[in-house]
Amino acid sequence: MLRLFGKARLGVQDFPGFGGFSFLFYLYLYAPILVLVIFSFNANQSATIWTGFSLDWYRAAFANQALRQAAGNSLLIAVCASLAATAIATLAALGTSRGARFKGMRLSIGAIMLPLVLPEIVVGVATLALFSTLGLSLGYGNLIIAHTVFCIPFAYLPIRARLDDMDLSLEQAAADLYAGQWRTFRKVTLPLLMPGIVSGLMLAFIVSLDNFVISMMVSQAGTTTLPIFIFGLLRMGVTPDVNAVSTLILGVSVLFVTLSYLLGKKKH
Amino acid sequence: MNPTSFVPGAQLARRQAMQSFLGVSPALVAIGLFLILPILIVVAYSLMEANPYGGVNRVFSTESYLSLLFERQLDDSLAFADSYLVIALRSAGIAAATTLVTLLVGFPVAVWLSMQPPHRRGLLIFLITVPFWANLLIRTYAWILLLRGSGVVNNSLMGLGLIDAPLQLLYTDGAVLLGLVYTYAPFVVLPIYACLEKMDMRLLEAAQDLYAGRLRTLRKVVLPIARPGILAGAILTFVPCLGAMIAPELLGGGTKMMLGNLIFRQFSDARNWPFGAALSLVLMAVVMLVLTLYALRAERQRLARGGV
Repeated sequence: MLRLFGKARLGVQDFPGFGGFSFLFYLYLYAPILVLVIFSFNANQSATIWTGFSLDWYRAAFANQALRQAAGNSLLIAVCASLAATAIATLAALGTSRGARFKGMRLSIGAIMLPLVLPEIVVGVATLALFSTLGLSLGYGNLIIAHTVFCIPFAYLPIRARLDDMDLSLEQAAADLYAGQWRTFRKVTLPLLMPGIVSGLMLAFIVSLDNFVISMMVSQAGTTTLPIFIFGLLRMGVTPDVNAVSTLILGVSVLFVTLSYLLGKKKH
Repeated sequence: MNPTSFVPGAQLARRQAMQSFLGVSPALVAIGLFLILPILIVVAYSLMEANPYGGVNRVFSTESYLSLLFERQLDDSLAFADSYLVIALRSAGIAAATTLVTLLVGFPVAVWLSMQPPHRRGLLIFLITVPFWANLLIRTYAWILLLRGSGVVNNSLMGLGLIDAPLQLLYTDGAVLLGLVYTYAPFVVLPIYACLEKMDMRLLEAAQDLYAGRLRTLRKVVLPIARPGILAGAILTFVPCLGAMIAPELLGGGTKMMLGNLIFRQFSDARNWPFGAALSLVLMAVVMLVLTLYALRAERQRLARGGV
């Protein structure tokens, strides 16, 4: 084993500069995020000149009624859409990974991936066209439906990956011990699958929370979500309270991705 | 009737297939009803007349497709107009440039990652995926803080005495390119890494033993192994870039229009829904064409390798 690692290191030395370049790449990935976080604590009115530490912009953000409303909308929609998408995706993952194959299975998987493949703006336009044709104006309902659809593949992928990783012999053992199909599912499959389901749920949740393009097309007056609200602020110019709100949203996303990652790493 | 259908095993298999299908059906209903049906409605919209107050009049018209390339003159004749063609070509150009730059940036990073000790790789990969999940609007906005006249980059350069007056960095094609590369770099690093991860490091040693220099080893050993990942990364960057909206809007200042913004405006400013629908379909057709070519290629290679 040690010799193998030794050889691997020899490989890196073969390409000098790649390490330094990769370091710069990580810097490039995180520099804008760090600058944003730092300036959200800036005391100054100007968004890009540091004058001292302050929590004023967070206070201003929390005091903003319209902002709180938008955040509430975003949370409501993300919770409903991610729960619905995860339920649908769990069934779909079970259907495509357990039990017998059926005609059109590959096509079905293709359909499930479709929201991931199509350009976001096209999905937004199509959803708007549907609601406008049907004259459907459900307020939050419109957004929840739209978010549920594009969250399905994000929930499906980690659940499917977990199912494919799972050892079939446990389920077979349960069947050998005369557990019925439903009992096997409830007592063996579901508990083993749970980390995948939670991981998928969290990814669907942040994807919904962060979505801008589709929400912008579908939302109506009164159902403004947080990204739409931020976009409106940006149109009026860069102000430090945007930095504070943005930092909070980034914090939530990073927290959920990290939790999802740790769950995925959890051994069976 | 086929006698085998009386065998309980076959019956069981059929029951299981039915159950599998039942599991998938809610997803199919949701996607069929709220994604595929809506796209058919977009097709219908693209063939209707625009309502000046937004929406459509349900009258058949091919006007929206004609206006992709032509402009109607006062005397009702058609004259070639290239303004939309320019936007389409600009989108394709920026998407291609983004793809090229992300490949150039992503390849060395993926090679470096694949040569890290295995216990460190997980965290390094995770750190590359984190920005992908962070809000795109906010990440793009963060670049404004860096690039604008009184932004971090200009202030630093002036502080170092390298420039006297702030440079115009924001609202340029370069800024849009920078933002798009930033967005899609992880999509290139990860598939290339996935290819190289399984690479046998002894190949590098063998190449060296045979007196191949570093560049030659990279070109003759690493590059061929990485090729499927490079292709996948290119597709994963090029396709969403074509319809990108946020980077052109925020970093291009809305003046450097791309297809995504153009489509968005046809709907948001309630100007011309049928035209917006036609544009969406053109974009979708190009995306589907690229993806189909890619899938066909992958299928051909699978068959050529004699794989299952």
